[in-house]
Amino acid sequence: MAVCVAVIAKENYPLYIRSTPTENELKFHYMVHTSLDVVDEKVSAMGKALVDQRELYLGLLYPTEDYKVYGYVTNSKVKFVMVVDSSNTALRDNEIRSMFRKLHNSYTDVMCNPFYNPGDRIQSRAFDTMVTSMMIQVC
Amino acid sequence: MELCGAKRLGYFGRSQFYIALKLVAVAQSGFPLRVESINTVKDLPLPRFVASKNEQESRHAASYSSDSENQGSYSGVIPPPPGRGQVKKGSISHDTVQPRTSADPQEPASPVVSPQQSPPTSPHTWRKHNRHPSGGNSERPLAGPGPFWSPFGEAQSGSSAGDAVWSGHSPPPPQENWVSFADTPPTSTLLTMHPASVQDQTTVRTVASATTANEIRRQSSSYDDPWKITDEQRQYYVNQFKTIQPDLNGFIPGSAAKEFFTKSKLPILELSHIWELSDFDKDGALTLDEFCAAFHLVVARKNGYDLPEKLPESLMPKLIDLEDSADVGDQPGEVGYSGSPAEAPPSKSPSMPSLNQTWPELNQSSEDTAIVHPVPIRMTPSKIHMQEMELKRTGSDHTNPTSPLLVKPSDLSEENKINSSVKFASANTVADGYSSSDSFTSDPEQIGSNITRQRSHSGTSPDNTAPPPPPPRPQPSHSRSSSLDMNRTFTVTTGQQQAGVVAHPPAVPPRPQPSQAPGPAVHRPVDADGLVTHTSTSPQQIPEQPNFADFSQFEVFAASNVNEEQDDEAEKHPEVLSVEKASDPAGSLRVAKTDSKIEEKTAASAPANVSKGTTPLAPPPKPVRRRLKSEDELRPEVDEHTQKTGVLAAVLASQPSIPRSVGKDKKAIQASIRRNKETNTVLARLNSELQQQLKDVLEERISLEVQLEQLRPFSHL
Repeated sequence: MAVCVAVIAKENYPLYIRSTPTENELKFHYMVHTSLDVVDEKVSAMGKALVDQRELYLGLLYPTEDYKVYGYVTNSKVKFVMVVDSSNTALRDNEIRSMFRKLHNSYTDVMCNPFYNPGDRIQSRAFDTMVTSMMIQVC
Repeated sequence: MELCGAKRLGYFGRSQFYIALKLVAVAQSGFPLRVESINTVKDLPLPRFVASKNEQESRHAASYSSDSENQGSYSGVIPPPPGRGQVKKGSISHDTVQPRTSADPQEPASPVVSPQQSPPTSPHTWRKHNRHPSGGNSERPLAGPGPFWSPFGEAQSGSSAGDAVWSGHSPPPPQENWVSFADTPPTSTLLTMHPASVQDQTTVRTVASATTANEIRRQSSSYDDPWKITDEQRQYYVNQFKTIQPDLNGFIPGSAAKEFFTKSKLPILELSHIWELSDFDKDGALTLDEFCAAFHLVVARKNGYDLPEKLPESLMPKLIDLEDSADVGDQPGEVGYSGSPAEAPPSKSPSMPSLNQTWPELNQSSEDTAIVHPVPIRMTPSKIHMQEMELKRTGSDHTNPTSPLLVKPSDLSEENKINSSVKFASANTVADGYSSSDSFTSDPEQIGSNITRQRSHSGTSPDNTAPPPPPPRPQPSHSRSSSLDMNRTFTVTTGQQQAGVVAHPPAVPPRPQPSQAPGPAVHRPVDADGLVTHTSTSPQQIPEQPNFADFSQFEVFAASNVNEEQDDEAEKHPEVLSVEKASDPAGSLRVAKTDSKIEEKTAASAPANVSKGTTPLAPPPKPVRRRLKSEDELRPEVDEHTQKTGVLAAVLASQPSIPRSVGKDKKAIQASIRRNKETNTVLARLNSELQQQLKDVLEERISLEVQLEQLRPFSHL
């Protein structure tokens, strides 16, 4: 279950960031911020090859003692970062992938909304709902 | 008055609002009236009336200070409360509620949220009211409603069903409850009623009932009401749609919609939310249905209704292929098709849009699969049938299912005809819920053609019996398999099928003839295929299976005839048939048919291969009839599988007989080989059918899991 979910825009500013309120949110914000470097690193490494074949799912960006940080980048350089609790051993890679897929789909839905200006903070309730479900869900 | 003034801003709310105001005036207290009027306004002009009346009645009955509470509940927008409110009203509310329910069935279950919206203003007013009426109690409700806003949103989704929900998540309601002790008991009882009807009714109206729960319930009920689009509103929306997009079937692009809705002066955030709710297919454009839903939400919002968390059912655009029960609500006109497919899906469609989609798809797919299964079986013999079926289906349902079906059948027909038929039986059972209706209806149609057969598969085995109609088969056989074999197989199959289907041994040959006639030439080389086709055709119907077994025999027979002496084969067939008969009662029927067929065939084959073609023509009609008979007989027999097994047994049995009957070892061996092949085909088909059923079940499981997942967060929250 994700502890923190963040959507970072192409210019590396957050479009959406949400954490489970139990923990100090600042800590998560910081972790997401630092993970951006890792994301860029991975993207550039992969980007050397054919960009088309670049995988959207970046996988585990870096593990810390308590948490693991996963990354996912879209073709428009919008990054999704997810922090999960390390104690959640049941989380498999496939599950993380599916969570990112859901995130991506929800993000696309938000984009489709003509009232949403790209670059704005994401305030969609549907998106919030989906993220909440992901964070609360044990899986 | 603020509220009233605010309400007046609503588009359609004005006139209705005035009326509501008048009604309100009649009400006992001014405060409650306001709330009610507010509510009424929220509900939407038309619904309002009903609600207002109800409310008034309820007010009269209740005459509570609970109005404030109601307000609180409004803010809470907890569905249950509205129900409670109504309940409180007691008999009156009951009556009102009941009539309302009947009136509001269509009203969308728009979350009470809309009432919530007014909360910004209403809470204040409520507070005042609360103070007046219940003093302390009122305050509590006020406090409660506030926080409940968000929970309400969630609660609505989660608690639509039960009082428990709202009681659980809204502390105030409990508080309010104690305020209205007297009411709660009756309300509780009523609540039970309400929950059922609240959703549909604008419980919100019962504002007077006081307890927030009641209010919430009302809200929930009002949710339903307000979200229903009245005809005049709809007409207005349609006209507006035309101004933007003259083609009613076309789309309004996102940018145009954005401009249009921006004119409503709602905050962008809310417009964005409205868009998210109404763009059902997430394509960035609005269809007429979606546009009406969006417009309706805008109107409601302007009238002070809070936006729901999810699209109310009555506003859901009718999905063409996805028929949700939700669609049943308002948008009848938009997609008539949804209506028909909706039959199955509605029952299944989950509340969630995604689920709805999956469900309808599932439903459809199940239907389709059901259909598909049968199709494959039939397909082999008759692609034409499939097309016919498709046409029929389109008439009854959407074409989509049929097309996939067609595709599938062709693929499956090749080899899984039998299996498909079997699967069909199984799939049908699975999809019975879904497709049974279709299959049955289709059956009558199909009886004449394969199409019906296909359908019947999905529906039930009985259908299968119907489909057998011989004429279709001949065509399919040709289309599908190489005509050569088909012809032969048909003749054989027809004979077999009929025999299988009907115990009696009518002249089998007739069947093959039809197939043969349509089909081209000698299929000998394709004997195996022919057998398959036969099997496929036969599998389509349970009876077919036995036929299919027979077919193999026939093919062998035909082959032998073609190749060599026909008599030998003829002998074999009769023996085989006899064996089959013994093995399987159903099969025996078929065998009888096949026997008859065989006899016919032998007769036909005897003359000459060429003549076979000619003779088959004559026999086909007979086999067809027989098949029908057999089908009819078989219909009662739902046990396709058993039939299949019987067929298989028959086939196997026949095999041994072949050797004995045939004096020529070669022929015997060839015949046995063919039989084995046919058996394999049948089994393969069976396997594929079962696997398809498994897939269907898995799909259902997945959809259920998704539903569970979606509900889980709410339960937690």
